[in-house]
Amino acid sequence: MIGAIAARELRGLFLSPLAWAILAAIQLVLGYVFLVQVEVFLQWQGRLAAIEGAPGLTEIVAAPLFRTAAVVLLLVVPLLTMRLLSEERRTRTVVLLLSAPVSMTAIVLGKYLGLMAFLVVVLGLVGLMPLSLLAGGSLDPGLFASGLLGLLLVVASFAAAGLFLSSVTDQPTVAAIATFGFLLLLWILDWAGSGGTETPSALLSYLSLLTHYDSLLRGVFDTRDVAYYLLFTFAFLALTVRRLDADRLQP
Amino acid sequence: MSDDILVRVEGLERFYGERAAVGGVTFQVRRGEVLGFLGPNGAGKSTTMQIVAGALAPSAGLVLVDGVDILDEPLRAKAQVGYLPEQPPLYRELTVDEYLGYCARLHRVPRGRVVEVRERVKARCGLTDVGRRLIGNLSKGYQQRVGIAQAVIHSPAVVILDEPTVGLDPIQVREVRALIRELGGEHSVILSTHVLPEVQSVCDRVLIIHQGRLVLDERVDRLALGLAEPALRATLRRPPAAGELLDLPGVLEAEVGEGGRVTLRFREGEDPTQELLTRAVKQDWGLVELAPQRRSLEEVFVQLTCGEDGAHSLPARERAA
Repeated sequence: MIGAIAARELRGLFLSPLAWAILAAIQLVLGYVFLVQVEVFLQWQGRLAAIEGAPGLTEIVAAPLFRTAAVVLLLVVPLLTMRLLSEERRTRTVVLLLSAPVSMTAIVLGKYLGLMAFLVVVLGLVGLMPLSLLAGGSLDPGLFASGLLGLLLVVASFAAAGLFLSSVTDQPTVAAIATFGFLLLLWILDWAGSGGTETPSALLSYLSLLTHYDSLLRGVFDTRDVAYYLLFTFAFLALTVRRLDADRLQP
Repeated sequence: MSDDILVRVEGLERFYGERAAVGGVTFQVRRGEVLGFLGPNGAGKSTTMQIVAGALAPSAGLVLVDGVDILDEPLRAKAQVGYLPEQPPLYRELTVDEYLGYCARLHRVPRGRVVEVRERVKARCGLTDVGRRLIGNLSKGYQQRVGIAQAVIHSPAVVILDEPTVGLDPIQVREVRALIRELGGEHSVILSTHVLPEVQSVCDRVLIIHQGRLVLDERVDRLALGLAEPALRATLRRPPAAGELLDLPGVLEAEVGEGGRVTLRFREGEDPTQELLTRAVKQDWGLVELAPQRRSLEEVFVQLTCGEDGAHSLPARERAA
């Protein structure tokens, strides 16, 4: 059942021009960032060769690319998640799912995995850019993989939060704005940590989505960071299931 | 029609905030029966149907589908039910084939049988020619058929159709009604409608719901009997005087109106139709029309749902009949 729902979701995305427009825009923006970083590397290449333990191709090209990709996806994911449940509620197609012998969990997971399949395609295209450098240089596979994993985890938590907010309202645009605002707030939460007192900022910077991503981009695979994203994702998926149940049951 | 009960609804209640949309509805549906649900707008028809379909949970009460409680084991109970809401849940961007395939998968039709099941339901609902067309581009009548196809694709024991003929042209209405009658052969059908003749032509039993309560639960053929009044309506080219008509056996009242329209009221059980016919021929009254007077279902409906005391008058009549 989950597979059928996910497949329809993915299909629906590709049947609308939205998915293609998003893929094109992301590719254009990130392609530009990628070329700029390659240019930077080429300029510094001579000097870097002289330094012991200097940053390599992966640090200079892949890490900034992934970092920018996360920001771009912060803008894009709300546009993709907004339709997931609110559109179905608005057009009343959600009744089809509710009256079918399918559990709420299966509905939510199906929707979520369908979207994640699309985002994995996006990530694949982003990942291909640094991989193309293998034609003439060498990458640090560990660092590359950890950066891509980080991006996947970040995007997974974006999508979960977006799915939840899409289940709260009947209006896709409201869902999009709410998701965007929420994610942006979590993203910049650690700004409070950059100056001033220590104690509250440690908490805020721990809550920030960005802090955990940074360490993965540096190639530090810390289970605490991975756990943060997984917990974030599961929490919002569970909230979505509860929200849908509450719709059906007596408030 | 066998007598075993497929759907049992007891004391169903649903509140929206303070307002009770459905307040204590109890009814049963037998296997193979077509049940018509009548009621004015906002009477609680759709809410009741949504609850029986499992799309909404009741505030109180019990819904058993084939003996399975829809709250305790929703997946097993829902597998027995096909539901077409008021607004068909169609994905406009999919083709008919894709959509029905998806619905089949949602209703746990095994992957290998999806195509077979889909083709069968398409043939049944007259959709064979439009399989590759986008649902969004189909006419309303075809969209409604896709909606019905979606509800019956997994051969459920109970099919619930919420106002399936609204917004269709007369030819499409006839087609959909024929389809519903056909469905009644092997499934139990619960049908809601505003169109009263539809109930008389399609349903075996009728429920009238008003302000969240059932005010009538009666078989349509019994209802038709109950609706007959002890009166005759005739049109005569050359009507005699009223006094002559009063001579007919059993006639209590005779009225001769304009254009030879005659209304006769008679004592119950003493039907003067035969005698009227004989005399009309013998005395050359020029009979052109003769019909028993009936209350229409519409009158019953208006009486039950408008007057405060309306709810009591019909059962009283039926006891007398």
